[in-house]
Amino acid sequence: MEKFIKHTGLVVPLDRVNVDTDQIIPKQFLKRIERTGFGIFAFYDWRYLEDGVPNPDFILNNKKYVGSSILIAGPNFGSGSSREHAPWALSEYGFKVIISNSFADIFRNNCMQNGLITIELSNDKIDLLMSNAIKIDNYKLTVDLENQQIYDQFGFESIFDFDEFRKESILKGLDDIGLTLKFEEDIKRYEINDAKIS
Amino acid sequence: MDENLTMFEKIWRKHIVSEPTNQPSILYIDLHLVHEVTSPQAFESLRLNKREVRRPDLTIATVDHNITTDETRTQIIKDKIARKQVETIRENCKENNIELFDVWDNEQGIVHVIGPEQGYTQPGMTIVCGDSHTSTHGAFGALAFGIGTSEVEHVLATQTLRQRKPKTMKVDFKGTLSKGVTAKDMILKLIGQIGTAGGTGYVIEYSGEAVQNLSMEGRMTICNMSIEGGARAGMIAPDKITFDWMKGRNKVPKGNDWDKSVKEWKQLETDNKAKFDSYIDLDCDNLEPYVSWGTNPSQVLPISGVIPSPDDFKEILDAQSCQNALVYMGLNTGSKITDIKLDRVFIGSCTNARITDLRSAASIVEGKKVNNNVRAQVMPGSTLTKLQAEKEGIDKIFKSAGFEWRESGCSMCLGMNPDILSPRERCASTSNRNFEGRQGKDGRTHLVSPEMAAAAAIEGHFVDVRDWK
Ligand code: SF4
Repeated sequence: MEKFIKHTGLVVPLDRVNVDTDQIIPKQFLKRIERTGFGIFAFYDWRYLEDGVPNPDFILNNKKYVGSSILIAGPNFGSGSSREHAPWALSEYGFKVIISNSFADIFRNNCMQNGLITIELSNDKIDLLMSNAIKIDNYKLTVDLENQQIYDQFGFESIFDFDEFRKESILKGLDDIGLTLKFEEDIKRYEINDAKIS
Repeated sequence: MDENLTMFEKIWRKHIVSEPTNQPSILYIDLHLVHEVTSPQAFESLRLNKREVRRPDLTIATVDHNITTDETRTQIIKDKIARKQVETIRENCKENNIELFDVWDNEQGIVHVIGPEQGYTQPGMTIVCGDSHTSTHGAFGALAFGIGTSEVEHVLATQTLRQRKPKTMKVDFKGTLSKGVTAKDMILKLIGQIGTAGGTGYVIEYSGEAVQNLSMEGRMTICNMSIEGGARAGMIAPDKITFDWMKGRNKVPKGNDWDKSVKEWKQLETDNKAKFDSYIDLDCDNLEPYVSWGTNPSQVLPISGVIPSPDDFKEILDAQSCQNALVYMGLNTGSKITDIKLDRVFIGSCTNARITDLRSAASIVEGKKVNNNVRAQVMPGSTLTKLQAEKEGIDKIFKSAGFEWRESGCSMCLGMNPDILSPRERCASTSNRNFEGRQGKDGRTHLVSPEMAAAAAIEGHFVDVRDWK
């Protein structure tokens, strides 16, 4: 997994609620057998018009937000399908952090597995950051995972919750399976006992 | 033991391999279901790391998501990238000794239909799959939930998962359903009430008279859609209906082992005094058939309803969401649900394409004709379901009414194969997601029960099946 320690990046506001994973990466792109090649299709139906031309009204196509690496969106981000292609697409697009009022469970898990940081903030903080990203040119945020802090250069500062175990893994870029296999003895014991019972 | 435990807690505890401090628990997985779309990257990474599949005997695979629903699929899958994906799962299963139910096998079908159908799914189990509707299997009193591809790899390699313990919610469906009202309507109403994130962080246990009276198929419909309310898992205590449904199926215990298992399974139910983190009661006595009008499964209305206005919502985000949905769906505030005209009808998916679903829908269309403006299709949930239906003559009823009778698979539930809606086509669908573009770019999906979909196919618009003849 790619490490994440601290990141400063341009913020793009996606002012939509319930952004589901079908939206993040539509199904016609799920046929690939690789983990890569999804970034160009992220938000496809919103990003492109019917003839494949970029939709000028979609926020990611706005010149102001080219090169953004922090996405801020409305509540229940990542709901629906469990497709991990969604975080793969977002990462490959260039996002390192997603900020929302709330995330769907499976999506959040999938992000953790890929070192894509999900940050939940209260409604008023989301509103503030959303409007900053709209009003202020080149609006940037810094995310410090180690200290679980997020701040800008205009005085905004907040701490955020993050699973301790996941944080360690992401800071060090550890492999989840490797960590679990340290418990090989426990797994074996479980399997032996289980076989005895049934 | 005088401790009072929920069914969830009992299953959770039994499957703990280890509880390292400050780390998520390591949970043993009894059954891992695999399909072609969310597994290739997991197998690939396993190979790169020189790891093996730990328990091929607890893993089964099928092809369901991207395959076509015409008969040519046993010869060739025309879409090259889809074909590659199917060939990849074939190679992966062969290489790792995993049983695969392929397009030419009778056991092929939508992963959440075939698990229960063949008796792989059993009470008390932990079940996972790289698919969010794994919650379906909870209808048997199992703890079943969807996972991402990295977690698929984790399960393949270790037969365990890292999990923080979720919270528990109890949803009590009180009262009795009227004729024509179904499990689909119960769950749509619930999601309408709690919202698409209402169950986030929870495992839901469904109980109450209305649930106890449901068939296993109905219970699966309810558990299936738990994820649409944000809950990763839904479950229902196993009872006589469960055991009767399971008995004799391919993979369930036989003879004395069966009796022993049933005895154990009966212990699973939530203890009387066990506490949940949250409670919801819902009355089913006056429940109407439900129809979704918007672009997420919480935007639903009873059949007597009228399309809302953004002003009807207190929360600004809900108002916005309503506004977006009205535009996308091409609907006007104030128009009646029964005035919504349809172009397509899809009876299929892991929510509502089991044999009882097909029987109910067939009984509605029998002797009638599909409306001239409507193209109607049935994609049975599994090949065995299809064969069973054909044995009962259900295919003939559909066909003579003007429905297309096709092969099994996910098909238009997610539109990865050529079965998709054209832009702005409007579809009554028995599936579970009405997201923008789900059934095809700019396609418009209305979620309903099989009965409601069938009646809509005949009339060309939604009708109240309760008083429709
Ligand atoms: S039928 Fe639809 S919801 Fe069910 S597994 Fe297939 S794609 Fe997913």
